[in-house]
Formats: sequence, structure tokens, C-alpha cells
Amino acid sequence: MITKRIIPCLDVRNGRVVKGVNFKELNDVNSPVELAKFYSDNGADELVFYDITASSDGRKIFTDILRETAQNVFIPLTVGGGISSVKDFERVLGCGADKVSVNTGAINNPSLIPEAAKLYGSQCVVISADIKRVGNQFNIFARGGRDDTGIEAIEWVKKCVGNGAGEVVVNSIDTDGVKKGFDLELLEKICAVVNVPVIASGGAGCIEDFITLFKKIPDVSAGLAASIFHFGEVKIYVKDNNILVRL
Amino acid sequence: MIAIINYGVGNLFSLQSSFKAINFDVVITSNPDEILKADKIILPGVGAFGDAAEKLFSSGLAEPLIEQAHNKIPILGICVGMQLLFTKSFEFGEHKGLNLIPGYVDAIAKIIPSDLKIPQIGWNALDIKKFDGVFKNSKQGDFVYFVHSYSAFCDEKYITSTTEYGAKITASVQHENIFGVQFHPEKSGDVGLNILKAFCEV
Repeated sequence: MITKRIIPCLDVRNGRVVKGVNFKELNDVNSPVELAKFYSDNGADELVFYDITASSDGRKIFTDILRETAQNVFIPLTVGGGISSVKDFERVLGCGADKVSVNTGAINNPSLIPEAAKLYGSQCVVISADIKRVGNQFNIFARGGRDDTGIEAIEWVKKCVGNGAGEVVVNSIDTDGVKKGFDLELLEKICAVVNVPVIASGGAGCIEDFITLFKKIPDVSAGLAASIFHFGEVKIYVKDNNILVRL
Repeated sequence: MIAIINYGVGNLFSLQSSFKAINFDVVITSNPDEILKADKIILPGVGAFGDAAEKLFSSGLAEPLIEQAHNKIPILGICVGMQLLFTKSFEFGEHKGLNLIPGYVDAIAKIIPSDLKIPQIGWNALDIKKFDGVFKNSKQGDFVYFVHSYSAFCDEKYITSTTEYGAKITASVQHENIFGVQFHPEKSGDVGLNILKAFCEV
């Protein structure tokens, strides 16, 4: 049977990997290419690169890094950050990305997901949703978690999948950086409404958090994290008799 | 020379990089003459079958590919490239393939339990029938990376490996000099590179 995936995430700015805690404090970590190679050699099932550069110069550096990574790392690469048109899809796919994740771009341009899915296939289109509790509902946030769009998250994710997204990254702003585990309540709600793979993100503080995630919500396909891997707090391998992983 | 057929479909950059990593020269080409000169051919592909088939047939590259198949040149189809090797596909209607291997392509949804995710995305183990051809360097149970909603249905004699996803899914096929893998060897780490290397040495 298919294994649960463990996915390190690399936030890249100005050619370096950084990690935001609650999306704010950024600490310099390492060279993206070196780190990607290290993770691949140590059993990562896939890698996510987020381009958090604001300038066009930075964007050029990012695609150069992506190309160099794809020349050296032979596991799937998902790329996100600043994807607002099918031209952006083309730019990163041409540099070796396998999947492209959209967030703010899909909020601003409702036709982005259906257009990209038609051109590149659903398997290529990932909806990455930054979600936070507001009052008694879950809302979609834009621009790296800064803007509350007021959009109700569960229905919105369902709609994105209906429009052609082939995978969902559920990024809980409430649990991100807190290191107390994934947002199980939110993940359960999303899993109940979509039939494509769901990737949990935000909150992993130790390897047990991955085990809890896969045991409590067997519908979740993968767990994504950054800092626990960057700082060597856990090994990438999840060893548990009841959870199938690639070793 | 190994030719990767460029008919406007697929992630050719990663594929090219993976051959560089195992020290085999490849050329990405949309030139029929280059395909006719190649001693090995890779047919990549992602997305929908109908769209890929239309692009391949209208590119003028299907004829030299079929000619090379009859010349017994080893050909490896990857993902939708593998599916194109078959007679036809039922993905969004009925579409003709290259008919280099008798069989058809259909939705895995028809044979797997409804609670399983579609597409199958991720790493799954291979049940390898014979350790030759592309599996010369492989081990039973090797994990490879899959991304697909459709798969090949054909005579067992062509199936060289399967994977378990609620049902037995065709993971790879071979008919004489024609090879196909449903998974992505260029995205399956060292296990995948071993498979590509074995094909280069067929």
C-alpha cells in the first residue's frame, strides 16, 4: 500500500532558507540546494520550496536555485509562493518543479486553478490554504498569513478541489510554530469534504506529532514541517508498526 | 544516443537531469531524424491521455517512434508515456494510442475501494515479477513514486510489476523491446535511477 509521506518544507528568501515562527520571526538556516540534498539522502519523500521573495531579482535567484536543486535531487518538488498566473506555473515547471502550489493567487484569480489544471493536469496543481480560526469558523488568509479574506475555509478548499486542484496543503496558522502538534480538528473537517490527498502543515514539534497525526486521521496522506527538520530535532523517519512509511 | 521525445508534454528538465546523474548522454528532441538515429528512446508524458495523444500524433513524432519500435530499438514510456504505448484509453472518452502493446488504459477508480484517494499520489512498493530488463538492479518491494488516476489493463504476460492500491495496479510492462513504467523513475530517488540505468543498459 501507499506510504504516508514526510515532507520537509523550505522557505527561500534571497537564496537562503529561512523559517518563520507564526510567519514572523525569520531565522537564517542554510543553503537550499544543500539542505534539499541532505533531506533527500535522509529519506524525505518529497520537498516543498516556498518562494517568499518580494522582488523580481529575488525571483530570478529562486528559479536558479530550483534548477540547481532539480539537477541534484530526484524526489518530487512542489513549488509555491508568488504563483499568480499560468505563466508562473510555466516558469517553475520549466526549472524542474513537479507540482505548483497556489494560495493568494487562487483567491485573487478564481480561474487560475481550472486553467492550470487544464494545461498541466490536476496532479500538478496544489491548493495551499493558510487557515486560521476567526470567531466560530475557519477563515482563509492571504499574503503569507497576513490578510483575513473572510472566506470560510472548508467550503473554499472543497471548491478548489472541484475546480481541479489535485492535492491540498492545510496550513494551520493557529498551530504553526507552536510545536504542539498538527491541527487535528481542522484536518478532520477538510478530509471529510475532499477526496484528493491532504497534506497536514503547521505545528509539528516532534516525531510523535506525525504518529499522532497519521493514527488519529488516517485520511491524511502526508505531514509537512520545516523547523523540526532544519534544526535536526527529529529524524525524518517515522517508525511505528501501524504506520506504513518508506524506509 | 538516448533520445527523450519532446512533444510538448512533461517535465523534461528533471528527466534529463536524472540521466546526467547516472552518466548517460541524452538529447531532448522534436526532430524525427534524431529519433530515427537514437539507439534508445524515452517517451515521457503527464496530464490527460487524450491531450497527450493528440500532441504526439500531430507532432509528426509518432511515425519515427513506431518505426523505431519495429526496428527493435528499446523504448521506455513513463507515466502517460507508458499509457500511450497501449491500444487505447478510456480517459474522458475513447482515444487511440500507439498500439505497441495490446491493451487499454482505464480509471483505477473502477477497481479500487471508493474510500481511497484519487489520484494515487505517493510512494508505493513494487511487486516485481522478473529481475531483468529495467529491474536488473532492483529489489523486491522497492518503493517508487506514483502520480496517476488511470492505469493499464493488459494480458498478464506483459506485466513486469504491480503495486497494491486497494487492488493490484499495473506498475510496469514489457513487450519485447517496448518498456513502460506507470511511476516516475526520475522522481524515485536512487531506486528510480537504478531503473533508468538498467534501461540504458538493456
